[in-house]
Amino acid sequence: MISANLSAVFYLISGILFILALRGLSSPDTSRQGNYFGIAGMVIAIIVTFLSVGSFSASLVYVVIFLVIGGAIGAFIAFKIPMTAMPELVAGFHSLVGLAAVFVAIAAYLNPEAFNLGTIGNIKLASLIEMSIGAAVGAITFSGSIIAFLKLRGIMSGSPITFSGQHFVNLILGIAIFVLIFYLCKSQSDNIFWTLITISFLVGILLIIPIGGADMPVVISMLNSYSGWAAAGIGFTLENTALIITGALVGSSGAILSYIMCKAMNRSFISVILGGFGADSSSGNTKEKKDQKPVKSGNAEDAAFLMKNASSVIIVPGYGMAVAQAQHALREMVDKLKKNDIKVTYAIHPVAGRMPGHMNVLLAEANVPYDEVFELEDINNDFANSDVAFVIGANDVTNPVAKTDPKSPIFGMPVLDVEKCKSVLFVKRSLSPGYAGVDNELFYRDNTLMLFADAKKMTEDIVKNLD
Amino acid sequence: MEIDPFIFRLSIFILSIFIGYYVVWSVTPSLHTPLMSVTNAISSVIIVGAIVAALAGSAENVFSISSMFGFIAIILAAVNIFGGFLVTQRMLQMYKKKKGKKQ
Repeated sequence: MISANLSAVFYLISGILFILALRGLSSPDTSRQGNYFGIAGMVIAIIVTFLSVGSFSASLVYVVIFLVIGGAIGAFIAFKIPMTAMPELVAGFHSLVGLAAVFVAIAAYLNPEAFNLGTIGNIKLASLIEMSIGAAVGAITFSGSIIAFLKLRGIMSGSPITFSGQHFVNLILGIAIFVLIFYLCKSQSDNIFWTLITISFLVGILLIIPIGGADMPVVISMLNSYSGWAAAGIGFTLENTALIITGALVGSSGAILSYIMCKAMNRSFISVILGGFGADSSSGNTKEKKDQKPVKSGNAEDAAFLMKNASSVIIVPGYGMAVAQAQHALREMVDKLKKNDIKVTYAIHPVAGRMPGHMNVLLAEANVPYDEVFELEDINNDFANSDVAFVIGANDVTNPVAKTDPKSPIFGMPVLDVEKCKSVLFVKRSLSPGYAGVDNELFYRDNTLMLFADAKKMTEDIVKNLD
Repeated sequence: MEIDPFIFRLSIFILSIFIGYYVVWSVTPSLHTPLMSVTNAISSVIIVGAIVAALAGSAENVFSISSMFGFIAIILAAVNIFGGFLVTQRMLQMYKKKKGKKQ
C-alpha cells in the first residue's frame, strides 16, 4: 500500500507520458516512440492503482483475469482488423470507453464508500454532480458510437434518418438531463439516476441518426471528444489526476479534429450536428441538365496511354478507393509509372474517407512512402503544372462548383483544383452525384475522361495496359 | 481560508485542455487516424476507476453488484487499451519514407 500523495505523483507522471504520446504524433519518425510513452503511462497508472488499493484479496485474482480477457480480445481485434475498417473500429472503441465510464459511475453511485465519496444516499454533492455528468456524457458517447459504428459498417443505412420535430425532441431531452441531475442532487433517488442514464442513451441515438455517411469524419471526431469529457467527469469524481489530464487531452483533441473536418467542408459544426445534409436529393433541374451534357468516357487502354505519355501524375484518392480496396492495385500502377520516370504524388483532401487521415493510413498500408502524400494546401498549386490527375473514388472534394456557384450547397468548401491539370482521369462507377447530392461539373469538362468501372478492377486493368 | 481541492483539480483540467490544444494542432494531418486510436487507448485509463470498484468487494462477496459493474468496465477498458495501443502501433509501423534514402 502506497500513500495517497505518492500515488498522486505517479498519476501525474502517467498524465505527462500521455501528453508525450500525443506530442510524438507531430511526425511519423517520432510517433512510434510516442506510442511507447503512452503504453508506459498506462502501465504506471494501472500498477499504482493496484498498489494504492492494497488489499490483495480474492478480488485481485478476478481483476487480473478480467484484465487478461479484455486484453486478449483487444489484441485479437487489433491484429485482425483490416485497415479499411479503421473508422468503424474507432467508433466501436469509443462506445466501449463511453460504456466503461457509465459503469464506473454506476459502481461509484452504488458503493460510494469504496471511492471515499460519502455513504449511500448521502454522497457528497460535488461528487454526485461530477459522476452524473460523467455517466450522462458516457452514455451519450456509447449509444452515439454504436449508431456511428452500425452506419460505417453498413449494417444501418448511411443516409440520414430524420423525422419532424426531431430537434425539438432532442432539445427537450437535453433539458431533461439537466433537470434530472438537479433533482438527483436534491433527492439522491436511485430511480432518477437510472432515468438519467436511460435518457442519455436515447439522446446519443437521436443525436447521430440524422447525420449522413460522409459527415462521419465530424461525428467520429465529436464522439472522440465526448469520450474524453466523460473520462474527465469520472476523473473529477475519483479525484484522479491521470484521468483528468487524459480526459482534457482527448476532449480537446476530438474537438480540434471536428473543427478541422467542419472547416474542410465549409460547414458549421451546428449544421453537421443538426444533420439531414444530403437527405433531400438535389432538385430536378440538375438531373435534367445531366442528361443533356455530353461525357467523354474511356477504357483502361486510353488511361494507360495518357499516363504513359505524361511526365507528372497526381493521384486523388477518396472513400471509393477504400470501399473497392483499390489501394494495393493503385500502388502497383504507380510503381509502373515510376519505372517510366513519371513523377507521381498523392493529393489528400482532409475529409476524404470516413475519418480524419483515413486515406493516409490506407496508402501507408499499401507501402506508399508518406513523403509522396500531400495535404490539400501543399499540393493544390501543383495541379496546374501536372499532366494527369487520377481521381479514384473521390467526388465532391474535386467539384469546381464549390468555387464558382454560390447557390451550390458545397459552395465555399475548399476543393482540389483537379480541373487545372492537362487531363483528368475520373474512375467512378456511374455519373451519380456524390454525397452532397450535387452533380460534379468536372464530368463534363473537355479535359476529363471518365473511366466507368469498379476502382480496383479499373486500376488493375490499367496496370496490365502499362506493360 | 483554505482552497478547496476541487479548485486544484479544475486548474489541472483547464491547463490540460490548453496543453491538448497546442499539442494536437502540431499533429501532422497524415497521422490523424492514429491520433484517434491512441486517444482512444489513453482515455481508457478510466480502468483505474473500474479496478477500484472491482476491488471494493469483500472477501466473502467478491461479486457484489457494484463490483460487478467494475469488473465489466475492466473488460471494456482492457479491450480498448490493448486494442487501441496495438492497432496504433500497427498503423505507425506502416508509415515509411522513400526507400531511396536508405540506399
